[in-house]
Amino acid sequence: MMEEQIRSVLAEHARLRVSVEDLRPDDDLFESGMTSHASVNVMLGLEDAFDIEFPEAMLKKSTFESIAAISEALTELTSAGATA
Amino acid sequence: MSESLVRHRAPEAYRVGVDLVAVDDVAASVARFGHRYLARVFTEHELECCRGDDGLAIESLAARFAAKEAALKVLAPTVERPEWRSMEVRRAPHGACSMELSGLAKSLADQAGLGPLAVSLTHEAGLAAAVVMAVGDAGQPNLEAAPPSWAASAPPYSPSGSIETKGEA
Repeated sequence: MMEEQIRSVLAEHARLRVSVEDLRPDDDLFESGMTSHASVNVMLGLEDAFDIEFPEAMLKKSTFESIAAISEALTELTSAGATA
Repeated sequence: MSESLVRHRAPEAYRVGVDLVAVDDVAASVARFGHRYLARVFTEHELECCRGDDGLAIESLAARFAAKEAALKVLAPTVERPEWRSMEVRRAPHGACSMELSGLAKSLADQAGLGPLAVSLTHEAGLAAAVVMAVGDAGQPNLEAAPPSWAASAPPYSPSGSIETKGEA
C-alpha cells in the first residue's frame, strides 16, 4: 500500500526517464532521471499523500534516493506520529 | 644588472558549480504547491526580490534555485545536504548578488576553508542558470585541487610555493 502510494507520487512528480512500474525498490531515482528540483516536488507530494511533514534532518538526498529509502523515511515519520 | 624577485602564492583551490533550471518547472511547482513550495525553498528576502507589479517573477525564482544547486556543488556535502534556505541569494541595492550561507552550508564552507561564494545568475528563453565560485585553501580534505591553467607553462616552483625570476628593472 505504502509503496503503491510512493510510486504514484513519483509518477506524478519525479519526471523519471523510466516507467515507475519498472523501478525496483533500490533503484537510484536520481540516476533514473529525477532532478534536484523534481525531488522538491516529490517531497511535497509525499507530504500531501501521507499527511506528514519532513523535518529538516530528513531533507537529505539519501532520503529520496530510492523507493526503499522513501519508504523507510515514511515509516519512521508515520510511526512517530509526525503529521502536518 | 638588476634583479627582480617575483613571488607567487601557492596555488589555491578553486571550486565552481553550475546549474540549469527550466522556468516552467518552477512555475508548475508554484502552481501546484504554492506557498509550501516557496517557503521550503526560498527566504523572505529572495521572495521579496522576485516580487513585481505582476506578482512573482518566476524566472528570477528559477535562477535563484539554480544558484542554490550550484552552491551545493561548490560545498560538496558527503552525507547530509544543507537545506535550500541556508544558501541564500542576497541582492544588494545596486543589483549585485552574492551568496549568504547559514547552518550546515556555512559549516561546510568553513571546514573547506572557502572564502565568500561569488554568484552570477541569468535567465533567457525559458531557462535559468547560475554559476557559483569559491576560493579555498589547497590541500583541504576531500578536495582535489586542479592546477590553474597557467601552471602548465609557468616555471617550476619550490615546495614552498615561491618562484624566483630574474629580469630587467
